[in-house]
Amino acid sequence: MRLLSEIRAGEALPELRHDVTPTTVVLGALAARDWRPMHHDYRFATERNGTQDIFLNTPNQAAWFERYLTDWSGPLGRLGRMKFRMAGSVFPGDEMVFAGNISSIDTDATGCGWAEIDVQLRVGDRVCTTCEARIALPIDDNDNPWARRGEQWRP
Amino acid sequence: MNPTPTTGDELPADVRDLIDVTQHEELGEFPVERGYVFTSCASVENGNPLFWDDAVAAEVTDGPIAPPTMLSVWFRPHHWAPGRAGEKLPLQVHFDLKARFDLPEAVMSDNTIVFYEPVRPGDVLTTCQRLRSVSAPKTTKLGTGRFWVIDVEYRNQRGELVGVESYTGFGYRREAS
Repeated sequence: MRLLSEIRAGEALPELRHDVTPTTVVLGALAARDWRPMHHDYRFATERNGTQDIFLNTPNQAAWFERYLTDWSGPLGRLGRMKFRMAGSVFPGDEMVFAGNISSIDTDATGCGWAEIDVQLRVGDRVCTTCEARIALPIDDNDNPWARRGEQWRP
Repeated sequence: MNPTPTTGDELPADVRDLIDVTQHEELGEFPVERGYVFTSCASVENGNPLFWDDAVAAEVTDGPIAPPTMLSVWFRPHHWAPGRAGEKLPLQVHFDLKARFDLPEAVMSDNTIVFYEPVRPGDVLTTCQRLRSVSAPKTTKLGTGRFWVIDVEYRNQRGELVGVESYTGFGYRREAS
C-alpha cells in the first residue's frame, strides 16, 4: 500500500520494461474485443494502413498504463482519470519502457488524496504515448479510496 | 498532427445538427464477466490482487470488480451474431463521420477516460455517444481529413455513471503517391 504522505511531487516511478511480440499485440487486441485487422493482420497493417507491422491497440495501451500505475500504488490506488495521446505506434520487436513522474499531489474538498502522474511509453528514444493520470491514494492507514461513492468521488 | 478541433459555419448543416446530440444508446451485448477480466490482466501481466484474489476484493472493493480501463471492452460488439446483417461497429459516430466525409482511413490521437462507480461482474451496462466537435479540413503527415471529438458515456443497470470516455479521432484520405 502506498500512502499519499509517502510520496512527493517530482518523484519518479520505477520503470517497467516489456518486450513486445506479435502475441502481445494479438492477445491485447483480443482481450479488448478489438477485431480490427491492423492489430492481427500483417498485410492489412502494412499495405492498407501503411504501418511497419501490426501494432498495439488503444484499449490495451490503457490496460498497460493501469498495470504500470497500480503496480506502484498497490490495490488501494484507484484511478480517477487518464488522458493519453498516441504519437507513434508500438510494434512487435519493440521494447516498451514505461516511465512516470509525479507532477503534483493534493487533497480535494472531500478529503480524497490525489496524485497526478505523467507517464511516457517509450521505445528507444521514441515517445509513443504520453499519459496524464490522476490516481487516488489513501491518506492514512484507515482510508480506502474505493469506499468513496457519489459526491465523495470527484475524479 | 494538430488535434485542436473547432466547430463553425464551415461544417455541413447535417453534421452541425449532431453536435451534443445523444446518439446510439445501446445495451451491452453481454454482462460483465470475469473471463475477460482475467484475459485482460494476462495480456498486460497485471497481478493486482483486486482482480485475482477474492479475499482482497471483498476487503477493498466489497467484491470483485473489473479493471477500470476495461470500460470500452463491454461495448465492443461480437464479431458475428446470428441474424446480424453486416458488421456492427463500435464507436458508430466515428464510422458515421468517416462515411459522411468520405474519409477511408482514421486514427485515434487522444483518449481521455474518467472513472466513476466500479464495474462489477454481472453488471449490464448501457452506453450512448455524443459528437462534441468536428474540425475544418486539415492536412497532416497521414493525409488530409478532419479531427473530431466523441464522448461515450457508460452507466450500469442502476443508472449509475461508471465512466465517460472522450476520443479524438482523425479521419483522412492518404495522399496519392
